[in-house]
Amino acid sequence: MSLRILVGCKRVIDYAVKIHVRPDNKGVVTQGVKHSMNPFDEIAVEEAVRMKEKKLASEILAISIGPQASQDTLRTALAMGCDKALHVNVDEKSFETLVPLQVSKILAKVAQQEKIDLVILGKQAIDDDCNATAQMTAALLNWPQATNASKIEPKDDGKVLVTREIDGGLEYVEYKLPLVVSADLRLNEPRYATLPNIMVKKHPLNLLKAKKKPIDKKTPKDLDVDLTPRMEIITVQEPAKREAGTKVADVDELLTKLKEAGRI
Amino acid sequence: MNRYSTILRRCLPRFSSSSACFNSTLVIADHTEEALLPLALRTITAAKQIGNPITCLVAGPKIDAAVETLKKVDDIEKILTVESDQLKGWLPEVMTDVVLNAQKQFNFTHIMSGASSTGKNFAPRLASLLDVSLISDIVGIKNSETFLRTIYAGNATMELKSLDKIKLITVRGTAFDPVSIGSANVAVEKLSIEANAQENVKWINSELTKSERPELTAASRVVAGGRGMKSGENFKLLYDLADKLNAAVGASRAAVDAGFVSNDLQVGQTGKIVAPELYVAIGISGAIQHLAGMKDSKTIVAINKDPDAPIFQVADLGLVADLFKAVPEINEKIDKYMSK
Repeated sequence: MSLRILVGCKRVIDYAVKIHVRPDNKGVVTQGVKHSMNPFDEIAVEEAVRMKEKKLASEILAISIGPQASQDTLRTALAMGCDKALHVNVDEKSFETLVPLQVSKILAKVAQQEKIDLVILGKQAIDDDCNATAQMTAALLNWPQATNASKIEPKDDGKVLVTREIDGGLEYVEYKLPLVVSADLRLNEPRYATLPNIMVKKHPLNLLKAKKKPIDKKTPKDLDVDLTPRMEIITVQEPAKREAGTKVADVDELLTKLKEAGRI
Repeated sequence: MNRYSTILRRCLPRFSSSSACFNSTLVIADHTEEALLPLALRTITAAKQIGNPITCLVAGPKIDAAVETLKKVDDIEKILTVESDQLKGWLPEVMTDVVLNAQKQFNFTHIMSGASSTGKNFAPRLASLLDVSLISDIVGIKNSETFLRTIYAGNATMELKSLDKIKLITVRGTAFDPVSIGSANVAVEKLSIEANAQENVKWINSELTKSERPELTAASRVVAGGRGMKSGENFKLLYDLADKLNAAVGASRAAVDAGFVSNDLQVGQTGKIVAPELYVAIGISGAIQHLAGMKDSKTIVAINKDPDAPIFQVADLGLVADLFKAVPEINEKIDKYMSK
């Protein structure tokens, strides 16, 4: 098997950052805030790299769709082992109303142009929490979709057995390539993902190599994808704060208070 | 003549094209082969808030149990059914075909499904085939085109107006109460649409966690454990407490990753979203991603030995204590406090 893999890498506010709503209530503050690769996308990249290490894949193309700074995210993907990268530049304004439908149109177009066999994406981005891009991309390509994958097992006959996480447990589905997969948390443990500093110390060569790898640049227009907004953001608000609770001294006080509140 | 056809008749004189003449909502009912799921009844509540006549679609390999329950719901006009072995596992590639065919016949303006793992799987696929955006996991409805959903792990709420002609929506069950099951006898129409045979995907089987306890997202009480439980064996303490409370058991990602319990018990941004009457977090620090899944619970109790754990910032009642002492003591004493 010698697959050509496309992996999606979204640049998002780092998962550990406490976000703040902008004063104009049209979005959250992103200026001067730490950004990283979406954690689910790191898992997608890791899976692609492992497939290449097992000689199942011949080439991995990393793609990021967003403002200029998305190229930082692509450098990370290249340092993790992707072969080349494509940045589809979307200006800040269009990025605010960019929806998975538009992202998936770009991904589908690139997958066709690049003769991709397998698209691996994260199951959701931790900023918009949509959980839709993989499904939409699969539909546009008329390929099957293996979402929430926790195990991907390519077979000799060109089929792929995927273990999927579903409500209530797991399910096993067999697919024929080409295929779109979305990665769940338990698919793998990404190298470098949690300790980026160690990456620099232990793998300086990878980073140097990553700097030399090509990042191709395109615009949605080049790919004939229309970014006219599909939604209007009316407001973005912080959720209602919970009132401060009380600490109880012991188990008896806890149970008494729960009974008074009618919860037990 | 049922209400559905009355409405159809009423609007015919005003419009020449019959099928697109009024707003109508399709609810794709979440169900198993054995029963209608509570999520379906919650999705119908959301559909009611949009205000259109509601049609429900029950599609699956076995549908009788779900249809029997749904028939009694007063709030719906009509039930469409598709029963086929090809729907085993509710493969999105097949489900999409079924719903698209229904859409071609009836031109719904709103299509809704619960944000279950099934709904999250097929609804986006359907959306892009209809060339509309997906409005996923909504927690509120302002009007027929304006919806509320959370972003950034529940740390912000976005109100958005959809500009698409068809509103395709998945519904967060915990944000809506279920409609009651009445005594209606809703008309059932069997759709003569066959799912296309899929050559490139084959459902093999599933392994579902068997439990006597209530289902996590529907339970009125949830007892959840985190890394502080230290081992899977120690979860026995939580199971005992859950049984006394008739509660479901949940877990933080740390507990799942450490292998204490299975993945489907995970509560949080990437797991289940719950909003029970009572949520008891035991040995859970309260990371943003976990809070995303439980902070709309009515009463939150935290038991943690670290007084600075972030979970105490959202807990109504906090007990700073060693859980291995506190939980056995609760198990011993709780019967005295429980209301009969």
